[in-house]
Amino acid sequence: MTDKKAKYQKVAYYPGCALEGSATAYDRSTRAVGKALGLDLVDVKDWNCCGAMEVKNIDAKIQTYLSSRVMSIAANEMDMDVVMAPCNGCYHNLKKAEYDLKNDENSREVVGKLSEKAGHATYASGQVETIHALDWIRDTIGEKGLGERVKNSLKGLKIANYYGCMYTRPRHIFPEKDQGPGSESTSKPHFMDDLLAAAGAVNVEFPLKTACCGGAHTLSDSDMSTKLVLNIIRAAEAAGADVIATECPTCHSGLEMHQIRAQKRFGVETKVKIIYFTQLLGLALGLKPKKVGIHENISDSLGLLKEKGLA
Amino acid sequence: MRSLAELEARLEDIITERGEPTSAEELLECGEAVLEHWITVRGEDPTNDEHEGFRILALHRQGARGDASFNACRETCRELVYHFNLMSELRADTDDAQSSLQMMALIANHLVLFVGGKMQEAGLGEFCCSAKPLHEEINDLSEVTDA
Repeated sequence: MTDKKAKYQKVAYYPGCALEGSATAYDRSTRAVGKALGLDLVDVKDWNCCGAMEVKNIDAKIQTYLSSRVMSIAANEMDMDVVMAPCNGCYHNLKKAEYDLKNDENSREVVGKLSEKAGHATYASGQVETIHALDWIRDTIGEKGLGERVKNSLKGLKIANYYGCMYTRPRHIFPEKDQGPGSESTSKPHFMDDLLAAAGAVNVEFPLKTACCGGAHTLSDSDMSTKLVLNIIRAAEAAGADVIATECPTCHSGLEMHQIRAQKRFGVETKVKIIYFTQLLGLALGLKPKKVGIHENISDSLGLLKEKGLA
Repeated sequence: MRSLAELEARLEDIITERGEPTSAEELLECGEAVLEHWITVRGEDPTNDEHEGFRILALHRQGARGDASFNACRETCRELVYHFNLMSELRADTDDAQSSLQMMALIANHLVLFVGGKMQEAGLGEFCCSAKPLHEEINDLSEVTDA
């Protein structure tokens, strides 16, 4: 058993705000897949917001503190050494906090003062390792192990894997990536492609897999976000995809909602379905659509899944 | 130089298969033109140098200097170059060539939208990007009270 395989069997689970709100399907399917694969998720106790976008725009150091508190609870109150965050925003912010605390004295000072004031142990860089749900499944079960557990192959399903912009950027906060064979690539990420291929899917060539979806721009210029999303969806369809697989709740919500808005605002109808990669893996492992929250998606994929024999 | 709106309109015509046929050269030039706009509004002269044999890659490097969030479109530029190279291996009248041109137009369109978006809101591409009201200085309270 490799170090990571053993280390990631039981991880502290940090769902973050999105997975308790707009992305309950991602939370449901992540837990269901973990259970089906025999992996342990232990929720971080009394977790807080990672600082997301709002706090960071006001004071980046507060965001560093908020993310550090989540890691501190996992390390100092739960005695865990791995935090798994399925949300790209949470994952990104915890990695960024880790980087800042390792490299910036001022960040350490601010976090120390705030932690003392809040009455909890100060997080020290290196106490935990933050990983994404993709790392968690890939490094414990792997493509081979997943292939062996598939009960309902995704065979015939053409998938465009969409990673969004925060999973790989900026490179310096992900020192484990771009480390050669077996590691994730920041320019052409492939972990989601690898897992879904192991589950039987056909991955299409998708050149916009890390392109910006417009994200929070949706509040200040909704039309721009709709156009960015529509272009991503059109590229996926031009590549022949039935489904865009996602691994970020912000991207997922954006794709689903702007797909509908594109039809209403610009009269452009598109057909590709938006599904979390954990939902697809759950279906491949033989879980029922409801178990992985297919009914909770805005994008109605049940017809396609029935047609493909997956529901 | 074509404006961003003209570039967007031309690319929309190509994507929806209206208007004049296109070529890999035209689509690569669209990408270069977008970056020229970005660099020009930053008060610099767009470079004529090449990086790895392509001007668009040199322009991207110039555009990203001092603004790491501009790297959010680095792979988009590289994908344009990849498809340009792919087109040089394909016969123009084949389905594969038409598919590749269509994809190139979609990639160039992302560049227009992303860079156009960044010219409105510099934070685009920098997680999570805008929260525009927080950055805006409100000079006229009627903008808020009338809303």
